[in-house]
Parts: sequence; C-alpha cells; structure tokens
Amino acid sequence: MIRFEPREPSSLPRLILIPVAAAIVALALAAIPMLFAGLSVFNAYGLMLTGAFGSVFAFTEMLTRAAPLILTGLAAALAFRAKLWNIGAEGQLYAGALAAVAVGSGLIDAPGIVLIPLVVFCGALAGGLMMLGPTLLKTRLGVDEVVTTLLLNFIILLFVQMMLEGPMKDPMGMGWPQSEPMLDEAMLPKLMARMRIHGGLIIAFVAAVGIHILLKRTVWGFEIRAVGENANAARHAGIPVTATFIRVGLFSGALAGLAGVGEVAGLKGYLTADLSPGFGYSGIVVAMLAGLSPLGVVIAALFIASIFVGADSMSRATGVSNYLADLIVSMALICVLISGLFLRFKVRFVGAKSTEGVSK
Amino acid sequence: MSDILEILLTANFWAAALRIATPLIFGVIGALICERAGVLNLGIEGIFTAGAMAGWMAVWLGAGLWGGVLVAALAGGFFGLIHAILTVPLGLSQHVSGIGVTLFATSLSYFIYRTALPDVSSPPRIEAFKPLDIPGLSDLPFIGPALFQQTALTFLALAVVAVTAFVLYRTPLGLAIRAVGDNPSAVESQGLSVYALRMGTVVAGSALMALGGAFLTMSAFDAFFFGMVNGRGWICIALTVFASWRPGKALIGALLFGAFDAFQVRLQTEVGSFIPGQVFLMMPYILSIAALILVARKADYPRALLVPYFRGQR
Repeated sequence: MIRFEPREPSSLPRLILIPVAAAIVALALAAIPMLFAGLSVFNAYGLMLTGAFGSVFAFTEMLTRAAPLILTGLAAALAFRAKLWNIGAEGQLYAGALAAVAVGSGLIDAPGIVLIPLVVFCGALAGGLMMLGPTLLKTRLGVDEVVTTLLLNFIILLFVQMMLEGPMKDPMGMGWPQSEPMLDEAMLPKLMARMRIHGGLIIAFVAAVGIHILLKRTVWGFEIRAVGENANAARHAGIPVTATFIRVGLFSGALAGLAGVGEVAGLKGYLTADLSPGFGYSGIVVAMLAGLSPLGVVIAALFIASIFVGADSMSRATGVSNYLADLIVSMALICVLISGLFLRFKVRFVGAKSTEGVSK
Repeated sequence: MSDILEILLTANFWAAALRIATPLIFGVIGALICERAGVLNLGIEGIFTAGAMAGWMAVWLGAGLWGGVLVAALAGGFFGLIHAILTVPLGLSQHVSGIGVTLFATSLSYFIYRTALPDVSSPPRIEAFKPLDIPGLSDLPFIGPALFQQTALTFLALAVVAVTAFVLYRTPLGLAIRAVGDNPSAVESQGLSVYALRMGTVVAGSALMALGGAFLTMSAFDAFFFGMVNGRGWICIALTVFASWRPGKALIGALLFGAFDAFQVRLQTEVGSFIPGQVFLMMPYILSIAALILVARKADYPRALLVPYFRGQR
C-alpha cells in the first residue's frame, strides 16, 4: 500500500529537479511509440535535437514556436493560481489575433510607433474580454468556467471562420478564407534578418517577468494567491474575491490574446482559421510543467517548443507521423502531474497491515 | 412558418434527431455516472476519439462489428483508468487530469491511425452497422421510420439509459455510487471502499463514453478521420449539468439537442443564403452555455464532485 505524508514546502532544488525528472521520464516513455513506428530511438532523438538546436535557423524556429507557448502558458498559470480554470486560451488567442488584424490591416493609418502599441493593446483587450463572460457567470451565477471557456473556443473559431469568409475576407486571397494582410507599419519588428523570429518573443519575456512581479510583489498578487488557496477563507479575510477573479480572468485572457497578436502581427502577417496548432491547450501543459510559476513557464515553453520543432523536423526526415510531438507533450503533462505528488507529499510504501491502523 | 412545421412533421427529421443524439446519449450517461461518483471526467473528448479510432481499427482488422464495440469500450476503460488513478488515490486536480487524458487519448489515437495507415489519402471504409429493419415495427407509419430504422447501437444507447437509471436508483451499488459522490466519508464508515467505487465507476463511465465515439465510426460514418469528434464530448459535459445528473433528463437533453441539430441543418438549406453557415454551427455551443446558465441556480450537483478523498483524513 502506498501512503502519502504531506511535506514541508519544498526546497528550490526539489522544485526544479522534479519537473526535470518528469520531463526525462516522458521522453523515455516516448520511446515506446517510436519503437511502434519502427524508429531507431537514439537516431530519432538525435534528429529531434538537431531539429531544435542544430543550427541558428533551428534555434530561432524553436524560439519562434516558444513565444505563443510562453503567453498561453502564462495565461493558464495565472488563472490556475487563483483556481480559475481557464481552458479557453485557444479561443482567446483567436480573439486577440482577430482584433489585431481588424485594427492593423488598414482600418487605421498611422505610423508604426502608434499603430503597433494599438494593435497589441486591442489584441490583449479582445482576449481579456473573452474571459469576462465566463468569469462573471462563475462569480454571479456559479456556472462552471471550465465548460464555458471550452465551449467559447468553438464559438470564437467559428466566428473567425465566418469573418474570414465574409466581411474580413481578403479580396486578393484567390478565394482562400484569409484576412487582408497587416500593414507593414503594424507588424512587430523582426529580431533577426532572414529569420522568422519576431518581437512577440520580447512581449512574452516581458509578460513573464511582469506576471512574476505581479504575483510576488503586489497586493493583487497576494490576493490572487490567497483566493487560489482558499476562496472562502480569503472572503472572510476581507479580500475582494469576485473582483480578484475578474482581474485574473481579464489578465489571463489578455495574455492568451497577446499570443494571437504575436502570431499574426509578428509571424504570419494575416489571419487564417488554422493560425494555432493548439497553442491554447499546450499552454496548459506548459503551465503545469512550470508548477504554475511565471518564470518557470519560460523554461517549460522552451522545452515544449523544442519537442514540437524537433519532432516536426524528425518526422520530416523519417516519415513518421508528426502527431508524435503531441503525444510526447501529452505524456509529459501526465508525468508532471504525477511528479507533483513528490513535491507535496513524502511517498511511503508500507505493508497492508499498517494502513488498517490509519484508515479509521 | 409552415416550412418549419413541415420539417418538424417528417419522420425523417425525427430519425435524424435520434441518430445525432445517440453518441451524446452514451457520452452524457458516461459523464453522469463519473460525476455521480464525485469525479469530473474532462477526458471525454479524447475518450470519444479513442473509442472512434479503436472501434474502427478493430473492425478494419477483422474483429467484427461487436468485436469493435468491445475494443472501443476497452480503450475507453483504459483511459478512464488513467484518469481514475490520477484523480482518486492520487487526488490530483480533476480538471487538469481530464485535459491531460483528452490530449493523451487524442494524440495517441491520431498517432496510431497515422502510423498504421501512413500513405492513404482517402480514409479506408468498413462495413458499418446497418439500420435494423424490424419486421412489423419498421413498417408502422411515422413511428416506424423515425424510431425503428436505427442501427443496433442506438438501441444499445437507449438500453444504457434504462439500465443506468435502474442501477443508480434501484440497487445497492447505485446507492453506494450516489453516496460516494455526495459524502464519501459516510461510505467509508459503512466499510465500503471509496477508492474502489470511484475508480470502478470512472472506468465504466469512460467505457460508455468510448461507445459514443464508436458510434461515429461504426454507425454514423464508416471511416475514421481527424477532428471527427469535434466538440461532442464537451457538449456532453454541458448536457450533464443540464440533466441535473439524472439519466432520464440526460436522455431528454440529448434528444432535444439532436432535434435542434437536425432542425438547424434543414433550416440552413431553406435560409442558408442569408445567414452564414457558421451561425448555425455555433448554435449547439451557444445553446449549451444557455442551458448551463438556466440550470446553474438550482443545480443539485453531487456535493463531493471535484473533492478528492483521502483515507483517514476528513
């Protein structure tokens, strides 16, 4: 029989070591589907490694992939800290991208110094507003936010498709459902010549540091943590619980909206309905891997991004399905969930007899 | 107006409604019994996908249709077991574990399908369940085509509702399941194992969910394709709340949903040119949210839902 004994708050090395161990276990487990697909495991990992780190191009591609993951990871981490279960980052990302394109593709003609901040702000605002409904429904009527945020993902994606086939369709798009291109002045600056890496990464880093400071050093941050630990106790202590949930919801949605801004205004230059390969859902994995720590999110996002980019490149080289990347990432989530127990509890293996004593 | 009436009065419409409702019936009953035992199972979307893929692949490999149904149920049970282990004895967040199971089950299903069939452009087809043609009953006017020309899986779904209602309300097992979702320490004091009850229920409920997926590939369509589940699992989670965790209401909810969906498809062909198709496609999700809002105040949810239970601590 296994017994769990709560342990004292973990030391920093433990906080770092356990998620790393979980990631390694996940990578080892990933050898099973690889063997199933007929790959040589060491060769496959070698290809993945060079695919993510083997050249300047590979490395910048990995960072480009990490930018939206940092932002959706922060969106999940911040909300989960307050036990606001925002599963809607995918939809909020699309809302942010839609707003960015709406503002940045010719609606307003202004120099970049005005237009870029406006595009970024509108994207964040749209993402944040997407969370307002679910948060109000949760706090006012007790409607479970997990289901509402999830369902909104489908609604907003259909709305985006509707806009791309209707009012926002690019007349020059050869019939494809895509938006008009962003103005050059509205595009986030590139970080390196001839590479795709863009200013969205800077936004992501700044956001991570910002959320870290918000949580650690401000009254709001304290309130968020208190509500997350025990909303009822927080209410008794005079913390404005409803207002805290709304703030967290707005911030969380805004972070996911920024991920969408980066993808259209930094990378693609226009909006399509397949903008995100599930960044919103991967953000949940990133947040859990990071133990909901904002700075940890950056590291976790880099790890997940290198799996995606590395596995994509490996799959092109070997012809193995690139669903392998999603599979490894989902296995990492489950390993991390289990490893979380080793942070919170001492795990003891004890004889069946001695558990009889404690069960009553 | 008369057009709308005309739609509602055709047997064809009601047959479609029942057909669309069938996977939702499996899913909502599966979700309902998990939640009755106190465990929210957001793995449902992935379990649907796994059931659809595993059932299809078993039939494709020659296991026969009912063999496929069995394999789908086993696949669902497997992912249910993962969720059960993570959330019941280990007491992890049911939300996050469920999302993890959905991601894992979906990506594993897609990966296996792609690896087994690397180079096919059009998905291979299987010989799916055929509508039963029950002599006598199928020939009844209106009722016959609407109710009795469905496939065996639709009848199985209806039977599952009846059996679930009976087990939950008329057997000691059902009493124990309901109690473990309301007050687990009371169940423990009766000498029953909270862990065994909860884990068993989650595995069984997940197996049922997988049958909803199996219906998609083995009855509604005869092939597996990517993204085919398309949110049906999440709709079932919303329907569970709408049904106030009662099997009979779950059946009604699923049927209303099926009717609405069948209706919007037909309405779309009438007025389609004026309103973008996406508006109709959005309706099921908007309707789900509306249903959640309507019942939120009076929802009589299992009181220990989402609350992990640790032996020996209160």
